Amino acid sequence: MDRSTRAFPLSLRRIFGMVRRHFYLLRGSLPRILEMAYWPTVQMVIWGFVTQFFMGHSSWVANAAGILIGAVLLWDLLFRSQIGFSMCFLEEMWSRNLGHLFVSPLRPYELIISMMLISFLRGIVGLLPSWILAFVFFEFSIFSYGVGIVAFFSCLFVMGWGLGMAVIALVLRFGLGAESLAWVAIFAFAPISAVYYPVSTLPDWLQIVAWCTPSAYVFEGMRSVMIDGIFRQDLLVGAIFVNCVYLCLGTLIFAWSFFGARQHGKLLQMGE
Amino acid sequence: MPSFAVEVSSLAKYFGQVAAVENVNFKVESGSITALLGGNGAGKTTTISILMGLLTPSKGDVYILEKNMIKDRYSILPNINFSSPYVDLPHRLTVEENLKVYAELYSIGSPNERIQELANRFDIEPLLGQKTGQLSAGQKTRVALAKALINYPQLLFLDEPTASLDPDTADWVRRYLQEYVAEKKATILLASHHMGEVERLCDTVLMMRDGGIVDTGSPKELLKKYGRQNMEEVFLDIARNRVQPDVTNG
Repeated sequence: MDRSTRAFPLSLRRIFGMVRRHFYLLRGSLPRILEMAYWPTVQMVIWGFVTQFFMGHSSWVANAAGILIGAVLLWDLLFRSQIGFSMCFLEEMWSRNLGHLFVSPLRPYELIISMMLISFLRGIVGLLPSWILAFVFFEFSIFSYGVGIVAFFSCLFVMGWGLGMAVIALVLRFGLGAESLAWVAIFAFAPISAVYYPVSTLPDWLQIVAWCTPSAYVFEGMRSVMIDGIFRQDLLVGAIFVNCVYLCLGTLIFAWSFFGARQHGKLLQMGE
Repeated sequence: MPSFAVEVSSLAKYFGQVAAVENVNFKVESGSITALLGGNGAGKTTTISILMGLLTPSKGDVYILEKNMIKDRYSILPNINFSSPYVDLPHRLTVEENLKVYAELYSIGSPNERIQELANRFDIEPLLGQKTGQLSAGQKTRVALAKALINYPQLLFLDEPTASLDPDTADWVRRYLQEYVAEKKATILLASHHMGEVERLCDTVLMMRDGGIVDTGSPKELLKKYGRQNMEEVFLDIARNRVQPDVTNG
């Protein structure tokens, strides 16, 4: 039978085939799972104690207990989302598997969707222990602030994917020498995301830059929920809008890079 | 079945000012085994990469199974596959996991049965639970062939299909490939540096040098044309550009 007749533009089976590939990878490696959970947990413990200290020394923190832990947990979520997404692609490059993948019927956008799913799963697996420990030791649950926080939380995942697409595009363009970008790129956004302080703390010109990041809307929104108990829809809409721009830009940069890789024959040659 | 599994006309690929392949024209008959031979840098890998859709040509047309590779790439890909010792399967997955993933990517019905069938065929059943990275070079070659056949490809690209195999296993693989072509009416285009293999397996040989096809014919025809005893000597003549066919033929 001519299997081309089964050539659908989007195949859930192929997407879950790729999810399965990364599930197998994680299942077979306890160190990888531990590594995913290690840093968020350490961060949460440190900032949990910092919060306890400030509770007695800072009226601002005392009025909004958990704001620092919340910021740390959400920042780690953004980091995990981006790194989880980028790592999926880097794994294929390290194992010199791109040639096999792109001779198969897998479309680039199916690969992207599968990487988003894997990044989401990796993020949840990596952050779940820190969420549980935050609740057990510091009586803090990010979900106790309602659905609004979950909406902001989702925006950080999407931002991580947009940045992840740009990162893998650069790695595809410049080779594995650029892989360290996957680890450090997100930190360029930390100062302007206003993770631990309001956007108004930044100089005027930098505030304009900050409002060009979805994360600034998210962390402002988080503070609004946790300090004032107000869910600001305008901030959520802002985060969604800027996220759309990030996703579009990430997709365009990836498409440009993928096109270039096919022009330059990099899909078959890339590897360690 | 199409008359030609591969039709290439006026194919060229430039990397900057350098022509990796230029003015390449050839056809590969359906149901045949064809070798693409040439020394290092002759343009084999570039040509095969273009045929598989991994590399965009600068000029020319490529038809695979009667469809245009540039325009109809995704309707062609389910019907082709490839194996190369230079493109790995993920090392940290077991052989069975790798085959399951590719069975999903090719939307194979009854994947477990297909994997079992291939495991029996290539004698890799004892390896199914092993990490792919822990296999010997010969075992990896057999696993790569199993992956390459998982979708019953109508057109199979093979780079060094018997690399690292012992003579007995290599002989068995060659026989299997011949049976596969006969049974499925499939086509194989292979690159090999094993001239004995080419002589035994291939119906047609395409000889490349300096980015172009410089000669073509069946192994018997080429041996006669160059007045040589074996394909290795023919290969050396062509690769080193040291004997002109008309001179040899007298």
